[in-house]
Amino acid sequence: MHRFANPGRFMRFGAALLPWTTAGAILCLAIGLVWGFVFAPPDYQQGEAVRIIYIHVPAAWMAMFIYTCIALASASALIWRHPLGDLIARASSPLGAGFAFIALVTGSLWGRPMWGTYWVWDARLTSMLILFFLYLGHMALLNAFDDQSRGNKAAAILAIIGFINVPIIKFSVDGWSTLHQGESIFRMGGPTIDPSILIPLMISALGFTLFFISLLLIRVRSEFLAARLRAVAAAAGR
Amino acid sequence: MDRIETYLAMGGYWAYVWSALAVTAAVMIGQVVTTLRTLRRRETALAELEARRQRRRASIGEQAAR
Repeated sequence: MHRFANPGRFMRFGAALLPWTTAGAILCLAIGLVWGFVFAPPDYQQGEAVRIIYIHVPAAWMAMFIYTCIALASASALIWRHPLGDLIARASSPLGAGFAFIALVTGSLWGRPMWGTYWVWDARLTSMLILFFLYLGHMALLNAFDDQSRGNKAAAILAIIGFINVPIIKFSVDGWSTLHQGESIFRMGGPTIDPSILIPLMISALGFTLFFISLLLIRVRSEFLAARLRAVAAAAGR
Repeated sequence: MDRIETYLAMGGYWAYVWSALAVTAAVMIGQVVTTLRTLRRRETALAELEARRQRRRASIGEQAAR
């Protein structure tokens, strides 16, 4: 892993990987979503409204996964001063915020016909909303200082402290009373979802993951260029 | 025609299902567009800066030769 902590090497590795992740993302999203929204059967209780699952669940997973990536990247930037850690955290944050937003809005649109309400202040929904705000705070802190390295450090500390929210989201449907359904996929004793829904859901989730990886590779390169721009501009100003 | 209408109606849930999909598509397409646009802007800016630096270096070289 340490070999990829060198930005130049990561950039070459990323450039070689990008065509594959992009093709995989397009393929998996197309198959997963068409399967889910056209061919998968309706739920015996929820009818056709269940199709929201094929975007809601992958988006929520991505929001939590990306936050975990940011926390890890931030820790590596703070502890080992990996220059790549800050670049990854900065490149990931707006993507995570987007997925948290999708999870909240699609969940709300799913809740209205199924629960009779767009929103309840229960543990799962509230902790997910906090995750969205953590992303916004992270993005704001990154650019809050003239000296970008200070912004990186402040945002990294927020990301690491805020990570406590991720297990809270995961287990929020177990302990507290909630309208949200319990864990039905990654649980002891295996998933309780029928394969006819589970398989397209997993393909869609893989598509979301590859979509994130593709954009992340481009955005890390973009952040690398921005850092070089600042360095060249500073050298010219001297 | 009837089958398409039945499909689009989503058992009466069409407003929820299709707006959820539309919001998702809008956000994800937006992410792609802003990512590529920012990358392109930075690439052009960096190329311009490098070119300007090279010109300046060349002109300093000429003056030194004179």
